[in-house]
Amino acid sequence: MTSIRIRFSKEGKVRFVSHRDVARLFERAIRKLRFPVAYSEGFSPRPKVSFGLALSVGHESDAEYLDVRLDGPVDLEVLPAQMTAALPVGITVHGVEPLDAGAPSLQQAVVCCDWQIEVIGLSAAELTSVVSDVIAAPEVQIERERKGKSTVADVRPAILHLEVVGPTDDGVQLAATLATDLVSLRPNELVGLLSPDLVEGRVRRTHQWMIVDGARCEPIPGLSTGPLLERAS
Amino acid sequence: MTSLWSQLEPLLPRVQKPARYIGSEDGAHAKAPDDALVNWCFVYPDTYEVGLPNQGLQILYGIVNERSDGSADRAYAPWVDLEALMREHKIPLFSVEHHTPGHEFDLLGFNLSAELTYTNLLNCIDLAGVPIHQSQRADTDALIVVGGHCTYNPEPLADFVDLVVLGDGEEVVGEITEAIAAERARSGLRHPPRDDLIRKLAAIEGVYAPSMYEVVYDGLETVSVTPTDSAAPELVEKRTVADLADWPYPRAQLVPVTEVVHDRLNVEVFRGCTRGCRFCQAGMITRPVRERPAEQVRSMVSSGLARTGYDEVSLTSLSTADFSDISSVVSTLMNDSESQGGTPVSISLPSLRVDAFGVGIAAELQRGKRSGLTFAPEAGTWRMRQVINKLISEQDLYDAVEAAFSQGWQRVKLYFLIGLPSETDEDLQGIADMARQCAEIGRRHTKRASITVSVGGFVPKPFTPFQWFGQNTMDELKRKVYLLRDATRRTRGVTMKWHDPKATVVEGLVSRGDRRLGAVIEQVWRNGGTFQEWSDQFNMDLWVDAVTDAGMDFDHMVYRHRTEDELLPWDHISAGLHKDFLWQEWRDALAEVGLPDCRWTPCYDCGACTGYGIEHVVASAEPPAGGSQGTVLVQLGETRVAAP
Repeated sequence: MTSIRIRFSKEGKVRFVSHRDVARLFERAIRKLRFPVAYSEGFSPRPKVSFGLALSVGHESDAEYLDVRLDGPVDLEVLPAQMTAALPVGITVHGVEPLDAGAPSLQQAVVCCDWQIEVIGLSAAELTSVVSDVIAAPEVQIERERKGKSTVADVRPAILHLEVVGPTDDGVQLAATLATDLVSLRPNELVGLLSPDLVEGRVRRTHQWMIVDGARCEPIPGLSTGPLLERAS
Repeated sequence: MTSLWSQLEPLLPRVQKPARYIGSEDGAHAKAPDDALVNWCFVYPDTYEVGLPNQGLQILYGIVNERSDGSADRAYAPWVDLEALMREHKIPLFSVEHHTPGHEFDLLGFNLSAELTYTNLLNCIDLAGVPIHQSQRADTDALIVVGGHCTYNPEPLADFVDLVVLGDGEEVVGEITEAIAAERARSGLRHPPRDDLIRKLAAIEGVYAPSMYEVVYDGLETVSVTPTDSAAPELVEKRTVADLADWPYPRAQLVPVTEVVHDRLNVEVFRGCTRGCRFCQAGMITRPVRERPAEQVRSMVSSGLARTGYDEVSLTSLSTADFSDISSVVSTLMNDSESQGGTPVSISLPSLRVDAFGVGIAAELQRGKRSGLTFAPEAGTWRMRQVINKLISEQDLYDAVEAAFSQGWQRVKLYFLIGLPSETDEDLQGIADMARQCAEIGRRHTKRASITVSVGGFVPKPFTPFQWFGQNTMDELKRKVYLLRDATRRTRGVTMKWHDPKATVVEGLVSRGDRRLGAVIEQVWRNGGTFQEWSDQFNMDLWVDAVTDAGMDFDHMVYRHRTEDELLPWDHISAGLHKDFLWQEWRDALAEVGLPDCRWTPCYDCGACTGYGIEHVVASAEPPAGGSQGTVLVQLGETRVAAP
């Protein structure tokens, strides 16, 4: 029994498809291609597929992953092209690698993600000053609602990197690295804490990172140059 | 043609479930609307999740896109959040494939499956940028065409639609496309004069142009409906496709990127039903029975599963267990799916009879968890079931329930109608007794046995023997609901659910209304009454006010028994059924006399075959095995029975 890890991007119109629906798209693609996927036992057998961190509806990504448990051989050379053809326009499979037995799950392994976040509402100069204030602050508190209860958390430790990249057509581009383990922070929460005047524009996850032997690396390395694809829409 | 995508895109992060506005389905056609083509946009006037699976629209969509002279896109009613943003930003109704504005199409073809969507029909026409009144449209405005079961009484929509297509649309959709192309060529105009065009299209069999008829009233009564033009027939006949084998559609069922209702492969195994349940409009208007050849069913299932990646296929019809030799068809499909290896496939029959035979098939199919089975005995006493011609014995139901619980199911749902003709409180008590008996049977097998009684108020529909019946009043329906609730409240293992009697009464109003009801529908829409079939959006006050303002009343239009000699608003439409057959059935119903299924007994000349020179297409002239009368339906899983 082997497992494989697949890296894919999600962009254009399909960025409005939810995490759960993306999972269903992959399940159907796997059935269309008749991949020898392992199924769970029991009355309602499900394919053994597990996804990494959820991507919010509307966000794009160059670096999404899923792990698939196989019970037969698959030609990894042709898999990316085959699978891309079986998925809607905007979801592109870029890489696949065999997974070591006992490798930690994506949810456990990934510690932080890189983001391109477009924000609308403040000038680049105003944002630069807001960003340096946040970086200089020893503590950044936000309020969160969970199950009707509101809690206050210091999320400063989750902001690993934050900078103003420059203006876009509609707003200003930020680059951020946000932690996903221990203390975590989501892009929309970041936008909210920077200023109540800001609205989120296009948001794109560019990398997910894990730590192996003390060094940051991607679950599957992406292509080295430029954006992976022209925007599909 | 314009694309609205760049205007729409920034709004989508602000609405619920934005994936329903992006198209991107597997099976969607790339063919874009083009000035050289006749461009259809097929619209389902409800949400994407409800509308996308509609097989009727998918069939027509496929047929038009295969034609060299036509193109077809699809659109759905935007939910209220997006509609508000669209109106604020002046974005019209758009197609999901190319985000083309509604008003740039040549025809907007609506499917009407439920009367309570009529206000959404107006909303979609208006959002598309087309005047809602037929009389105010210009030559360049899209033609508004409607089809589907509701159109057998199109009169309440007469002011708003240009054309009504009656019956099966497979052939007509092509004939309309051709006629428009021909009229363009003849006139040399991209947009020929509208009246000429409608006149030409009204000559196509099965097409009704309400504007070409004059209706005379005397007070609340309809006195006459007369064509005002020689091109318009006095009686508009429905269309019937003689052989489903000629129409293996949809060839490429749409697979959406977001979850919808009935999210599975659907293969229609036959059309029409001659069980003869007297309350059931679908069974009356879709006659005769036309089975798809078993070999074609098999190939549509296997190619459909391979193409879509679905792991479930539903064999659809009005009563799938009646398909000739259903057992061997089902086992062939099961063997096919096993021999394909690996991925388990489940087959569901959305409507199976209630008897041990039906449950046996269900058991064979349902490999997964056996959670719930649904049966539709419809009425609680044998007397009442004779009235409605659903001739299943109590023993049939108990055998079916016994079979279900003994084979591992734990929940059984029972569908009943209340407010049926001649119904007494004893008949209602019969529902409660049946439920209690079923719960007792269940408890012999499992402590967790549960029976859900689901109750809907009966709405009399045109072209059924009950079209003359005065519907129960809202207060009477409420009284019956409470009576049943009290009768089942203390019964262990039985819970009861019911449909809102207010919505039932409004459905009745619209189902049998005449042209003047258009003003009511328009007022409800103008006052914000969209998505009226959604219980959280339904607003009874809007309807009551609009009826009062129009000088009408529910007593006359809904609650009154109609008479043999009165002209019904839909009498100039024909579903092939002789009116005297329906009247005889109405009398027989009140006399508690049943009528057998004509597939397996001599013809009683309802008109559906003889009138059109067609006949039943069935592979076997023998009635299916099992069941005494076998007219009760079984449902697998949680699929809902469409309210009759």
